[in-house]
Amino acid sequence: MTGDEEIRRRQRARATVMALVLGALVVLFFAISIVKMS
Amino acid sequence: MASKAYLTAGAATADWRDFLALTKPRVMTLVVFTGLCGLLAAPQSIHPVLGFTAVLCIALGAGAAGALNQWYEADIDAVMRRTAGRPLPAGRMDRQSALHFGVGLGAFSVILLGLAVNILSAAILAVSILFYVLVYTVWLKRRTPQNIVIGGAAGAFPPLIGWAAATGRIETLPVLLFALVFLWTPPHFWSLSLFVRSDYVAAGVPMMSVVAGPRTTRLQVFLYTLPMVAVALAPWALGLAGALYGVASLVLNAIFLVLAVRVMLSRETDPAKMKAEKRMFAYSVLYLFALFGMLVADRMVA
Repeated sequence: MTGDEEIRRRQRARATVMALVLGALVVLFFAISIVKMS
Repeated sequence: MASKAYLTAGAATADWRDFLALTKPRVMTLVVFTGLCGLLAAPQSIHPVLGFTAVLCIALGAGAAGALNQWYEADIDAVMRRTAGRPLPAGRMDRQSALHFGVGLGAFSVILLGLAVNILSAAILAVSILFYVLVYTVWLKRRTPQNIVIGGAAGAFPPLIGWAAATGRIETLPVLLFALVFLWTPPHFWSLSLFVRSDYVAAGVPMMSVVAGPRTTRLQVFLYTLPMVAVALAPWALGLAGALYGVASLVLNAIFLVLAVRVMLSRETDPAKMKAEKRMFAYSVLYLFALFGMLVADRMVA
């Protein structure tokens, strides 16, 4: 694997993890909002 | 050159695992556990979602403090065997990414805790992050052998945060838990510093074992164990915890005391043969997990 390919692979992995984290935060904020409103 | 790579490496090369490593996950487990125990030991219950959020924020705050610590200490991490493989000294990440990550994570954890749970717990979290980064890392660590004595307060805040998250108040028991972790830190770290002394010498960090020598350090390990044992037994003696905690605390503290005496009496100079010190270090981690676990069990039974 060349240096460029390796950097792209790491960027893709970071983007995937970031997407998962943001998705989890959306769920968490939604749950907090429901609890606070109830 | 690996030791200078942290000054030049590009952010694009950092893997997501490097950002995770920046948060010191192993240290975080103890912080999360003591924070969770503070929350569970509180007399008032908290909604599970808010409880989860509080523990998450404690974890993120600890991770932020760890990241900022590694950002500031990349130069000394590079010359210590134990830390040379971290993302910055190993050249897998640039310093600015670590700084941005740490500040962002810290601010996020405090704001989320303040908005979702309460202001008191968020304020203590903010103080703990700033204390670890500014007071311990920047001010004390490179200047005084008392660095981890005062700096130990930073790691002692989580049970206080957990309790404050559940109740919105600070009471005697969480203050005792704070004091327990505070007094536990010197024997824990000084045992470690005895068998990784050469690392601290190489990095120029004035740890007790470097400045005052192994013999004084061994004595200090024992001396700090005495008030720690007293504080660990105090919740039972003051009627804040029941017999389950009391008996467990007696057993756990008796073992701690025996190991501290062995460290004090040891005259071993070869780090590879320092069994008493290594046993003390390993047991001290188990001790804190077990003692906090028993406190929660005791409060749930009561």
